[in-house]
Amino acid sequence: MRRRHPWVAGVLALWIAAPASAAPDAVRGAQLYARCQACHALAYDRVGPHHCGLFGRMAGSVPTFAYSAAMKNSKIVWDDKTLDRFLAQPLKVVPGSTMTYDGVPDASERADLIAYLKRVDRTAECAAHR
Amino acid sequence: MSFFQIPSPVVARRLFLGQSSLVLSGAAVALLAGEGVLAAGVAADPKDVQILNTALGAELEAIAAYQLGADSKLLQKPVLDLAVTFQGHHKEHAELLAKTVEKLGGKPVAAKANYNFPAEQLKTQADVLRFAAKLEQGAVSAYLGAVPLFGNRDLARAAASILGDEAMHWAVLRQALGDVPVPSAFVA
Repeated sequence: MRRRHPWVAGVLALWIAAPASAAPDAVRGAQLYARCQACHALAYDRVGPHHCGLFGRMAGSVPTFAYSAAMKNSKIVWDDKTLDRFLAQPLKVVPGSTMTYDGVPDASERADLIAYLKRVDRTAECAAHR
Repeated sequence: MSFFQIPSPVVARRLFLGQSSLVLSGAAVALLAGEGVLAAGVAADPKDVQILNTALGAELEAIAAYQLGADSKLLQKPVLDLAVTFQGHHKEHAELLAKTVEKLGGKPVAAKANYNFPAEQLKTQADVLRFAAKLEQGAVSAYLGAVPLFGNRDLARAAASILGDEAMHWAVLRQALGDVPVPSAFVA
């Protein structure tokens, strides 16, 4: 039997153990959402607008919330991709936004947050507060 | 010596200021930061003014939240005293932020006429404490996310000073709830 090089076995082991392809974790996202709760809530407006109904919504369009002109004019429609880009560097994506937060630099944390927001958006609690 | 026993108001003021140096240090930092920007002869960074105004909005909300807790009749002494003390800190933060925004040529945001707090969900003292702890945890994250954005480092330092206070509130509230007061070595 042909012997496999030790480094090949090592690389295979790393590949198998690598978490890079792990699916987004909405439970972890719920914990991360505590950061957002400085200014946001799911069901009601605070310093920032509410998050229920976020997916598919045009940025700056919650009628009960007073947005910055920058956000109103951003022409962003919130989905996985736009949220990921915005959460990474909010003020780079929408300069002049009142969301003066440095962002979530870790891509896996952003994915988990988005997974959580998407999950709660489908709940009955959120359906009543779109 | 009680302030009421001091015959001269000047002496009383000196004594008060001497004893309050720790309390006033945060104020001094923030106000000096505002003055520093003006003294440098350059216009204040509009982004800095916006960061301060967003923080001010959150502080005004926190003041209203603690008022809701205090008025709920759910808080018993000494927890009630704690809530009133923390509310006082938020009032100091708000006053300072508003003054600094003005100093930098901005218009401070005003408190909302109404806040949409989930009052119907607050049925016990623990509910109120958990609600307050959540707000304080959020405030820590908000200041942490704001500090690196400031163009003016003195303003960043002032915000970090407020962050420290919010973190202490969060820890004390967790302690009052019977949770581990400091759940990790880092905050995020």
